[in-house]
Amino acid sequence: MINSSLKQLGEMLQAKKISSVELTQSFLSRIQQHNPSINAYIALDEAKTLAQAKAADARIASGEASPLTGIPIAQKDIFCAKGWKTTCGSKMLANFVAPYDAHVISEFDKAGAVNLGKTNMDEFAMGSSNETSYFGGVKNPWDFDRVPGGSSGGSAAAVAARLCAAATGTDTGGSIRQPASLCGFTGLKPTYGVVSRYGMIAFASSLDQAGPMAKSAEDCALMMNVMAGFDERDSTSLKREKEDYTRELYNSNPDKPLQGLRIGLPKEFFAEGLDASVGKVIETAIAEYKKLGAEIVDISLPNTGLSIPVYYVLAPAEASSNLSRYDGVRYGHRAESYTDLMDMYCKSRAEGFGAEVKRRILIGTYVLSAGYYDAYYLKAQQIRRLIAQDFVEAFKTCDVIMGPAAPSTAFKAGEKVDDPVAMYLQDIYTISTNLAGLPGMSVPAGFSTGGDGKALPVGLQIIGNYFDEARILNVAHQYQQVTDWHDRMPEELK
Amino acid sequence: MALSTEDIKKIAHLARIEVNDNEATATLNKLSGILGLIEQMQAVDTTGIVPMSHSQDLSQRLRDDVVTKTNEREAFQAIAPILGNGSAEAAVANGLYLVPKVIE
Repeated sequence: MINSSLKQLGEMLQAKKISSVELTQSFLSRIQQHNPSINAYIALDEAKTLAQAKAADARIASGEASPLTGIPIAQKDIFCAKGWKTTCGSKMLANFVAPYDAHVISEFDKAGAVNLGKTNMDEFAMGSSNETSYFGGVKNPWDFDRVPGGSSGGSAAAVAARLCAAATGTDTGGSIRQPASLCGFTGLKPTYGVVSRYGMIAFASSLDQAGPMAKSAEDCALMMNVMAGFDERDSTSLKREKEDYTRELYNSNPDKPLQGLRIGLPKEFFAEGLDASVGKVIETAIAEYKKLGAEIVDISLPNTGLSIPVYYVLAPAEASSNLSRYDGVRYGHRAESYTDLMDMYCKSRAEGFGAEVKRRILIGTYVLSAGYYDAYYLKAQQIRRLIAQDFVEAFKTCDVIMGPAAPSTAFKAGEKVDDPVAMYLQDIYTISTNLAGLPGMSVPAGFSTGGDGKALPVGLQIIGNYFDEARILNVAHQYQQVTDWHDRMPEELK
Repeated sequence: MALSTEDIKKIAHLARIEVNDNEATATLNKLSGILGLIEQMQAVDTTGIVPMSHSQDLSQRLRDDVVTKTNEREAFQAIAPILGNGSAEAAVANGLYLVPKVIE
């Protein structure tokens, strides 16, 4: 059952072969068993969770169920959920009980899904290993010595260890796709503006986007049907017709389902910096796509290397502004002792924020300060346009872009903690899609055996043109019909 | 653009984050590496390129000038921080938030 797809679970629930309470309890008991070692969840509330499961069972009995009614979902702790502790992985919000629901949370509630708990994450989503969380690191379910990736590390480990049916994440520079690659499951970052950011704690507002983290592309499509849609309360939410993201999955030619699909391979994604064993897995996956009828096109995204410097100006600049709200006055951490108002601000923020968050606030403050604005912030915005333009050119000759999602498999905990620049390079293949605002996925494509002999997952990245989520979900789904990488889970956790 | 620990302290003050001397030195080392990375941008000729602040060309939506929010003061004040300086009381009184005296 823990390996069943969302569609299968929905059918079992609606046929009353199992109740939501039973399904939820089976996940809760797996959480009790494995979470003490993995640390994927940082807030659990069995009473609330089971009350939702009971309500879902009543809804199913009344014949008013929708596809995700009764299905237990893990929520990244970046989403405000009324009455739930919502910490964003920070000491600053360690005691913050959200007084309202994020749009994503209320959409899952309306669908009748069950909130299984809040998942661990890098502090304020700033990190690529989950090691900046105030609540401790998260273990990679494939090898407990390694990180799950980040910032959505708790959701990633929960999906990979089957401690939930599916989870939510957010992706500002790769925080859904990189952990999906490192933990071996399917994750989608939608086009910017498709999922409302209302109630999602802000990091870099022009880049932040929520998306599904699940076993398969089909599961992600069902999650998107709930999460996506216009919301008045997010000023950048896009007013579009409601879409069925599963619409392309079931109507393909069975022999050559991807006949005529043009896959662009950017040479910059296969250059220096890519681990050779990861490159090999990606090549094998591309060969599989050829069998499905796809054509390969060589493309170039010449400004890929600049995406990291540009991101580390723009994201900290936006973060320094967004995080100025944490001043110890109305909510969040206030210093225990202080002399005057200025001292209260400075001490509350010094105590409430961790080292990586402080570094990014300082970088952001610096690049926005008088005399440096043009040289850094404006320059970065200009190069951002060049990076977006690269994609516009590339999509003239191809339909989707493929490459690795991360340059290596999961690395060891502690390995990059003291070297922020090495940590930032984890996102070299993912950041440019955030800067351009494009949708991107990571799809399990195989395993690479590390030095100590443990097989670690590798993710294939699929980048689509604006609003092509349904298409890339189908491109991933067809691959998942002929491979079983997405069905694998760590032996020890079965 | 090599930064000094004095620069770090000045930036930290602008950001309203207290740093002591040890922290300023440690931060300086880490920040220098990051700023070195950022410096790669300067090699690019961006003459005439329009800055991109956002991935969608959107204009701000307008809404009707009607009340859409209800007063939730009690719910919001229920999560106020504690007063501090020896008091474990919430930093609120009569529907207001309490902060150190600003005007004598």
